[in-house]
Parts: sequence; structure tokens; C-alpha cells
Amino acid sequence: MHEEIIFAGFGGQGVLFAGQLLAYCALAEEKHVTWIPSYGPEMRGGTANCTVVVSDEAIGSPVSQHPSIAVVFNNPSLEKYEEPVKPGGLLVVNESLTVAPPTRTDIEIVRLPATALASELGDTRMTNMILFGALLARRPLVQVATVEEILIEKLGARKAHLQEANLRALARGLELGVAQHA
Amino acid sequence: MAVELMKGNVALAEAAIRAGVEAYFGYPITPQTELLEHMAKRMPELGRAFVQAESEVAAINMVYGAACTGARAMTSSSSPGISLMQEGFSYIAGSEVPCVVVDIMRGGPGLGNIQPSQSDYFQVTRSAGHGDYHAIVLAPASVQEAIDLMVEAFDLADEYRHLVFVVADGLIGQMMEPAELPAMKPIRRPRGDWALTGADGREKNIITSLELNAPDLEELNNRLQAKLAHIREHEQRSTEMLTGDARLIVVGYGTSGRIAETAVKQARREGMKVGLFRPISLWPFPEKRLSALADQVGAFLVVEMNAGQMLDDVRLAAGGQVPVTFYGRTGGMVPMPEEIYDEIVTQYNKLTTSAV
Repeated sequence: MHEEIIFAGFGGQGVLFAGQLLAYCALAEEKHVTWIPSYGPEMRGGTANCTVVVSDEAIGSPVSQHPSIAVVFNNPSLEKYEEPVKPGGLLVVNESLTVAPPTRTDIEIVRLPATALASELGDTRMTNMILFGALLARRPLVQVATVEEILIEKLGARKAHLQEANLRALARGLELGVAQHA
Repeated sequence: MAVELMKGNVALAEAAIRAGVEAYFGYPITPQTELLEHMAKRMPELGRAFVQAESEVAAINMVYGAACTGARAMTSSSSPGISLMQEGFSYIAGSEVPCVVVDIMRGGPGLGNIQPSQSDYFQVTRSAGHGDYHAIVLAPASVQEAIDLMVEAFDLADEYRHLVFVVADGLIGQMMEPAELPAMKPIRRPRGDWALTGADGREKNIITSLELNAPDLEELNNRLQAKLAHIREHEQRSTEMLTGDARLIVVGYGTSGRIAETAVKQARREGMKVGLFRPISLWPFPEKRLSALADQVGAFLVVEMNAGQMLDDVRLAAGGQVPVTFYGRTGGMVPMPEEIYDEIVTQYNKLTTSAV
């Protein structure tokens, strides 16, 4: 297994956290992993993205020109990252904040209105967990149980009240990711 | 100790703490500020010194002062800040006091940008300041190696009473990767007998880089150069992969060396006999091993995130025996494995053609 994943969206959508969550889970499962954020001045109120490489082998390049997976949270990210996804790769799209559907036919595409769904669950900030669930439904990079465990650990005592909602968001994403696959 | 997911900058800071750094002086600059932030939190907790200086010039002179007392002292900065510190580096080298400097390089020249770069290679490996000397320069390619080299940097600084750089770029500084920290070392005691510890009951020690008498300054230089010659002989460090039967060897350090590894593996899968040589000490440059490899390969391809700086050292080590070509990106652009792979194919095909 060797996957190169880009998470991209606006600052504040939990894009970097989604990537870190994957990285922590990969470490917990003793996989090799790297996480790199975009750290330019554009982060302040602008676009944010991170690249995560998960592999069974030691990782050379932590950067990727053609990721095998892109999870896009908004329209600028869809415009930027649809094209570079490797043929046969996976594109997870937040339908709520994108304009037109992706046009590639040589990659797997999952579209779900993640922000609207998060809103239904009570907080748009859970958009990232819904998209993360959909990603896992299609590419079981790490086990769901690991994600749940790490999520609870990372939310910590201070955000313990958000545990249940986040787990529900993750489950909703998984469910829809599977449904679209069928 | 457990394997943790750690950001490069934080790992460097915590590794320095574990190595027993007693005093940190710095001034914030992206992309290394997390290092300073970690120090700001941890050093006071441990009863050690942390000072956010008013400038980089002040910071390096504080390091100089602390180092004169025999304390393990350090600073960190990024390219433009490193330029400001150059006078201090030279005084430290001239005074022969140990200290460690971290440079998380960014795109230049000038204010440039904050993206990853290796544009300070010349600056840190040639002399890092005015005068006639080299600093020891170590270049990690992963978070784990950053930790290991940070600890080693303090040992080398002490052993040679010299200036040691740990250089990386914004990518390694910002990257999170699983790594393991070493156990906490005790603060080193006693201080060196050369250190300024109070002259009660002994002859006074004088630490200075000033010597107005030319014959005496030449003698001082001779002693410094003999030390550097010893370092050059004994402290060359490098690692390599798939070089045994390689016809083309890619040479890269830090981030570019690591990205090149992916390209080299791809080339191997395509049946090309390509290897990777990754210098870990940039000064002393691992010329002995590279010269030996020059006897067995058809060509070297140097990959850097600059316009070709280590290229000079590879050419010198190759001694004109084989062609040395170059691929680089500048301005904060990071080369992708695919680009390096394409360049490998181009250079490898030249070798195959010329062999026919």
C-alpha cells in the first residue's frame, strides 16, 4: 500500500486536521506516514491544503505531483486538484461548496453535500469528518476503529462534548461513501 | 521512548533540549518559528535560559556570550536572519567557542519568500561569515535524522570547540513524521577548562577573536586550519542507496535528496542502473566516498533546490573523471519526483548512447 493524499479547502474547514488525523491513525497502525501543510501566507483566510503520504514502506518523497487521492472541500480546490489525480485514483468532492461536477472519467469520484450534511448534524465544522468518512469508505487506508479512537484522543477533554457529533459525522460520510459505490 | 508524530521544527527544538542545551537566543522568522516557540515554552519550564532577542544580531552575540561560559548554547533562524548573524558566526569561529545554529532555509535572494529552498548552501559551507574558516554543516532529510543530527551537532561543537550548523528547509521544518526522541541528557559538567567561569584560584582565561599582531594571528589561523583539516579528515558523513552497480548516481541532500530517492526507485523499476548518494555533512563534504564512486560510475546528476551550489563540490570530488550534470528548482519551488525521474532518464540515455 502506498497512497498520496491531498486534502484541500479554505482555512477553517478543518482541512489540515483531517490530514493530521489520517497521519496519527497511520502511525497508530505502524504504517509509514508524512504530513506536510501548505504554509504560505495564503493560509491566512485563504486556501489551505496538506499532503499526506501513507505507505507500507519507508517514504522517500513527501510531496506529490499526481496524488492517488484528492479530497476537495471547495470549488477552488476542485479546480486545482481534479486534473493532477492519478488515473485510477479517487476524488472526494464537497458538493455543497463546488459549482460544477468533476469531468474526469478515468478516476473514481465521490460527491456528497458534506457542508449541508454537517449543518444538519448541527455544525458545519464537521464537514471534514463527513468527507473523511467518505474517503475511508472507498479507500480503507486505516481502520474505522482506529479513526474513532484517535479522534476521541485528539479532541481531548476540552472538546469532549464534540466527540459524539464528530463520530456521527464520520459514520454519515462512511455510509454515503459506501452507498455511492453500490 | 515512544515513536511520535512530530513536526520538524519542534523535533529540532526538543532534540536540542534533550541534548542538554542550556541557553537559546533567537528572533522569530518563518519557516522556523515553531522551533523558537517550543523553546519559549520548554526552556523556562526546565529552568534554562530562553531569550527572544531584539534582533538576529543581538541573538547571535548572546549565543557567543553564553558559549564563552562553556554552556551549551544555540540559536535558530531562516535565511535572511542567518545573513544578519554572519559577523557573530565569524567571531565565534575565531574565538573557538562551541555553539549550534539551525538554519531552516527559504527562497531567496533578499527577503525572497517563506517556501522551502536550499539556497544557503554556499553561505553556510564556505565560511558562514568573514574570515578564513568553515563551519561544520549537517543536513537532515527526515524528522528522525533532524533529531539525531541535532544531538550530534552539540557533541561535535564541544569536541572541536567550533560552530556547527544544522540546515534544513521549510519542508522539513513544517513536515510531521513519526520519530523518536532520545532520553534527556544531563547538563554537561564541568565546564571546559577554557571557559569563562570566574578566575578565582586559577589563571584567567581570555576568549577573543582579536589579534592585532600579524605573526600571532597567522599562528592562530594555522592552529584553526589544522583543526579544520582534522575535521575534514574524520567527520565526513553520507548515506547511499543502490550505488553498487549504478551507472548514474543522483546526488542530493536534505529534502531534494529524499525526493530523489523516490525518482531513483522508479528508475530502478524501469530497469535503469541508478543509485542515490546523499551527503549528510555538507562541510566537510563527503568527498572521499564520492571520489571513490566516481571511479565506478558513468555520470553524476546533482539535484538541489537552488541554481547549483553543491554542484561545485561534486565536480571537485569527481575530479573531471565523469560528467556532472545538474537539475534544480529555485525560488521556493520543490522538485517533484517525476521531474527528477525525467532528468534521470535524459542523463541515463546519454550514457547508454555514448557507450554504444
